[in-house]
Amino acid sequence: MPEPTRLLSADDVRRALTRIAHEICEHHSGVSNLVLIGIQTRGVPLAESISEAIADIEHEKVFVGSLDIGLYRDDLASRPTPRLGRTLMPVDLNGRNVVLVDDVLFTGRTIRAALDALSDLGRPAAVELAVLVDRGHRQLPIRADYVGKNLPTSIDQRVTVRVEAIDGENGVWVGS
Amino acid sequence: MNSELAIRNGTVLTADGVAEIDLFVKDGRIASIGGDHDSHTTIDANGAWVGPGLVDLHCHLREPGEEWKEDIASGSAAAAAGGFTALVAMPNTKPAIDSGHLACFITERGRQVGLCQIATAGAITMARDGKALSHLDELWEAGVRIFTDDGASVADAGLLRLAMEYLAERGAVVAQHAEDQGLSLGGQMHEGAISSLLGLRGIPALAEELVVARDLALARLTGVRYHVQHISSRGTLDLISDARAQGLPVTSEVTPHHLAFDDERVMALDPAFKMYPPLRAASDREALVAGLSDGSIDVVATDHAPHAPFETEVTFAEAPRGVIGLESAASAVMTACSLPIETFFARMSISPAQIAQLENQGRRVATGILANLVVFDPERTWTPDRFRSRSENSPFRGEALRGMVLATIYEGRVTHSLVKS
Amino acid sequence: MKHLLSISDLDRAEIEDLLTLAAEFSSVLERDIPKVPTLRGRTIATVFFEASTRTRLSFERAAKALSADVMSFAPGTSSVTKGESLKDTVLTLEATGADLFVVRHESVGAAARVAGWVNGPVINGGDGAHQHPTQALLDALTLRQRFGKLDGLKVGIVGDIANSRVARSNIDAFTKLGAQVELIAPSPLLPVDLSAFPVTVSGSLEDSLPHLDVVYLLRVQIERGSGPILPSLAEYGLRFGMNRQRLQMLPADAVVMHPGPINRGVEITADVADDPRSLVLDQVQNGVSTRMAVIFRLLGAS
Ligand SMILES: [Zn+2]
Repeated sequence: MPEPTRLLSADDVRRALTRIAHEICEHHSGVSNLVLIGIQTRGVPLAESISEAIADIEHEKVFVGSLDIGLYRDDLASRPTPRLGRTLMPVDLNGRNVVLVDDVLFTGRTIRAALDALSDLGRPAAVELAVLVDRGHRQLPIRADYVGKNLPTSIDQRVTVRVEAIDGENGVWVGS
Repeated sequence: MNSELAIRNGTVLTADGVAEIDLFVKDGRIASIGGDHDSHTTIDANGAWVGPGLVDLHCHLREPGEEWKEDIASGSAAAAAGGFTALVAMPNTKPAIDSGHLACFITERGRQVGLCQIATAGAITMARDGKALSHLDELWEAGVRIFTDDGASVADAGLLRLAMEYLAERGAVVAQHAEDQGLSLGGQMHEGAISSLLGLRGIPALAEELVVARDLALARLTGVRYHVQHISSRGTLDLISDARAQGLPVTSEVTPHHLAFDDERVMALDPAFKMYPPLRAASDREALVAGLSDGSIDVVATDHAPHAPFETEVTFAEAPRGVIGLESAASAVMTACSLPIETFFARMSISPAQIAQLENQGRRVATGILANLVVFDPERTWTPDRFRSRSENSPFRGEALRGMVLATIYEGRVTHSLVKS
Repeated sequence: MKHLLSISDLDRAEIEDLLTLAAEFSSVLERDIPKVPTLRGRTIATVFFEASTRTRLSFERAAKALSADVMSFAPGTSSVTKGESLKDTVLTLEATGADLFVVRHESVGAAARVAGWVNGPVINGGDGAHQHPTQALLDALTLRQRFGKLDGLKVGIVGDIANSRVARSNIDAFTKLGAQVELIAPSPLLPVDLSAFPVTVSGSLEDSLPHLDVVYLLRVQIERGSGPILPSLAEYGLRFGMNRQRLQMLPADAVVMHPGPINRGVEITADVADDPRSLVLDQVQNGVSTRMAVIFRLLGAS
């Protein structure tokens, strides 16, 4: 198997997240009603990073939550011994503007599950989606509001996102 | 001479000792030992043991009353496959064998089937309910020589004493299924570490030993020939050995499963390991194996107890007690005890025939006797998986066994053979 | 894990995985919508040959919180009273669409027997005096919530150990998680042979109380199976019941547990049951999340 190709460096990732932070700030006049919710597992540190970037811009902390969608997946039976991550909501979601954060947007099924999970947790005013990488091949009518990098891939390619807090480094790789 | 049957190349238990010699059968009897004669049928024993057909002192044929489990025909077929030429059926049928005509029915059915001799034990009490004596004289006249309420003890010492006094006069044997009902009540298995772990109510060895101790005192009082059925504990064996040392006419039997297994096997809760008495501790099993080898125990008896699949496809606690054993008995005993030829035939044929007073059974091979024979290869290995018995509740299913019955001959006729030509 | 039949099937890591999962489900149960769609379309059959409304309801609540459908089978409401066998019952339920079976039966080994007959996973909801593994897991979860871990905890289990499936599964679970277990009972209520149990034994509750972190009181039944096992309930309460005075003999942060339903005034007096040091209601709550965790593990990995 050939070595995966590194498509985004640590700097690229940092710049992409900063840009997303700026776009979120532009889109929302004021961030006090905002909650960033990272999808377990790599969406959570990404949401933390975006929150820090927003704090640099707006001088205001944004709430960050974590959402595990293991209980909402539609492929439970085909996965051996599913693991569950924590679901932690720092605030009541009712009436909030929520930005879901994930590493890769692919078929859209994860996001569909995340929306279901979110609706069991409360009734936000609006929900948006931020992803580090959009690799295409959607199977559901879902699109991201904030995209770090669009990466055209073939469906059988493997996209790997590594983040500092979990993997010890930041970057995006594509392998076959 | 033109014989009907020749058994060649066997290691034969003759009246004069063990010999490698050919046997010839004519008109149902041993016509010649040695020499060379023509024969219609030949069995090549190929070094295997040839001796008196096995005799089972304790089996349940379920006829009359529970023919879905077994009947005299299917039980006889299983017996033939297991090397047996005679069985003593237990009287706990429905109705119980408590009068002469019922005993005659059993032996007559056995004759009609014709695969082995079927004797029957008689009940000690009417309907085996422990309250009043059965028709002891009538049963004796019908040929019954062993009396027992097997399946339960005769709990009433006064009633048992009375039976012993009558039967001592006759020279019959009083056999006891030793089980104190109070101590065994609700019990499912041997009381010990395994029952404690499983949370199953235990049956202490004392449930057996208490009854045997009492009966030995009654036997001493009455002088009856007393036989302890399916002994399971070291303590019971010690009681019997002490009584014999004092000259009491006491005998005992052990089942193949008590020689082969201990209570560890109950861990898997397979109803094929549920019986009374229960499989006991490893130390008990070792004592039984030693006792059978040295003659402290006289007899191996199968306690063949068929139950239909629908009755055993339940939980362990709900399953009926008892397992089948006729077809695996000889092999199971060899596997567990590795008996030499003399001891093997003593425990599995000669002694049980003497206790049951079956004059044409359990006889060392000699010219002129009825040809009731078994050909048994003590080395050949096999694994039981299918049975001629109507039931399949065997603890030996899937067990690798050493020793195999190659052929059975009853009154000169081959009733089972893997080696006929 | 194909079935959950006995705590002896689980090692420490598997028990801890289930407890962690159960804690996650506890948070699901605290939400405004205490329900997730995880097992939509799956059917769980509760097969209770022995009456136990509490345990059955707890399993059914767990199944429904995971959006599974429930088929409930109990004698009295069904043909089992007409002599239908356990085997026929579970095969019929499987043919009707059950994906998982929760089996409670008065016979030791009943759930294991069912596991040999059906294709789907089986949870032992209690088999005679043998095992009640979900009770042991929910009790371990309750102790983990209170003490952080079970390592080094001294747990006294009081009562009819001999006839208790709760005792057998809890001894195994607690000791696997590092606790020390002392059995406190009169000798007729102890198993005959304790050589296979990693426990100490005490005949006096009052002697044991000062060094216990947990007093676990078993439910007492004056009769079980074949005849009385206690001279009288009143005498039992005097020797082995937990009352206000005995509560004072415990160390300050020790707790009291009971698997329910409580015979108030026998195993435990009313004021002790309602004391803040009683974890009885935590046990009930944790029952649902623990059973969710077990069901999720068994049906999530097919
Ligand atoms: Zn018997």
